[in-house]
Amino acid sequence: MANVPSDLKYAKSHEWVRLSGDVATIGITDHAQHELTDVVFVELPALGRQVKAGEACAVVESVKTASDIYSPLSGEIVEANKAVADNPALVNSEPYAGGWVWKVKVSRPEELNALLSPEQYLSLIGGG
Amino acid sequence: MKRTPLFAAHQRLGGKLIEFGGWEMPVQYSSITEEHLAVRQAAGLFDISHMGEVWIDGPQAEAFLNHVLTNDLRKLAPGQGQYTLMCNEQGGVIDDLYAYRLGPAEYLLIINASRIPNDAAWLQQQLSRFGPRAGVRLQDASEATGALAVQGPRVAAFINLCFPGPFTGGAAVGLPTDLKKNQAARTRFAGRQVWVSRTGYTGEDGFEIVAPGEVIEGLWNRLLELGRPHGLRPAGLGARDTLRTEVCYPLYGHELNETTTPLEAGLGFFVALAKGEFIGRAVLAEQKLKGVSRKLVAFKMAGKSAPPRPGYPIWSQGGAAERIGSVASGTQSPSLGIGIGMACLPYRFAAVQTPLAVEIRGQRAAALVVSKPFYRKPD
Repeated sequence: MANVPSDLKYAKSHEWVRLSGDVATIGITDHAQHELTDVVFVELPALGRQVKAGEACAVVESVKTASDIYSPLSGEIVEANKAVADNPALVNSEPYAGGWVWKVKVSRPEELNALLSPEQYLSLIGGG
Repeated sequence: MKRTPLFAAHQRLGGKLIEFGGWEMPVQYSSITEEHLAVRQAAGLFDISHMGEVWIDGPQAEAFLNHVLTNDLRKLAPGQGQYTLMCNEQGGVIDDLYAYRLGPAEYLLIINASRIPNDAAWLQQQLSRFGPRAGVRLQDASEATGALAVQGPRVAAFINLCFPGPFTGGAAVGLPTDLKKNQAARTRFAGRQVWVSRTGYTGEDGFEIVAPGEVIEGLWNRLLELGRPHGLRPAGLGARDTLRTEVCYPLYGHELNETTTPLEAGLGFFVALAKGEFIGRAVLAEQKLKGVSRKLVAFKMAGKSAPPRPGYPIWSQGGAAERIGSVASGTQSPSLGIGIGMACLPYRFAAVQTPLAVEIRGQRAAALVVSKPFYRKPD
């Protein structure tokens, strides 16, 4: 069963969002890392980049394929997790902790309302 | 999409199914890396029922096959197989395949799933033009026939339990482990005739079994049960691809196609120019004489990089960088932990240690031509 923490918001494209003040931390869900399996490379977004919600920001590569990660929220990239670039397996082992990918300073907080609740996300992935 | 006799078994095992060559096949069950390493260190079981089987027999079968295939079939004793290629008149590859001599005038061709219709049509067409065609019987049994590959250093420890014998055709053996590399022998499983060969596509010791579709699931379950104590696990096409890439085995549609010759693909060893006339020989003989203008090379990424993927552009390094080709096969090597690939490049870039650049999402990443293969099994 995929782990879907109750204190996060989710995007249909399988990213999670943890908001702290006006900065959102973003990563991929346990369900997504399980589907990808064996992440071998992570390409991080550039700091200072302005992104729109739904825009591809980072790339995770498994043995088989490269997958885009989309920003669930608009804003400025203020931090990228160098630890996952050095050790991509963190995305698999700690998707909600050490495996976070980037932080965005949110410019349109109202976009949060369009994200999924844990219950909605769980239902999207078929109950986990 | 077509399904093999193991479709339901793959679903029960949690296999993730994808399209491959017109077939719905498992790409992985748990993880490509785990399945890959299981084959390198213990054993893996693959459904290869999508592959095609063509039976050819008759007094003129040898002459016909030696006319359509590049390797010399006359070298084969009953129960021996060889890697070979089927070329068009321009020397381009129609398919790469395994040809077995099963009996004095009886042959089995194992062909690529994606090429079954092309191969069958080509063989029929060539047979219709072949003088002594009355002496050749050709049957495409791909639909009714399944196949499994059981691969890895531990396979020899349990394969004999699955096929205790007797062996009644092909190589004269008492047990599967008596087979030498590329040998095949006939035995029975669940009352049906099956062929067991010591071959594979992984660079490890192992066996392939060709059997009627009806007994494939029984065979699959029996091998899983016998192999489990030895670390056998089901393995999907993802691991099959990374395993063959590490040992630089070509995959049709990637390294091979109708406009690439076996010599350009580095497969000259399997082209028997001395055997006499065969389709494509004129072009291949001239290439052999004059040398090829492009060549399939193996390369690895030089630093930390995303894995190279099929189709990514390849550039020369240095001042006036030019586009010199595309990645044919590329992946992250589970054994080596680096990005590896193969590409057909102009001959001047084929030397080992030649620096290259692979374009990954618009950025060029440094790579280096290396000698083949990337991985060799420990002695």
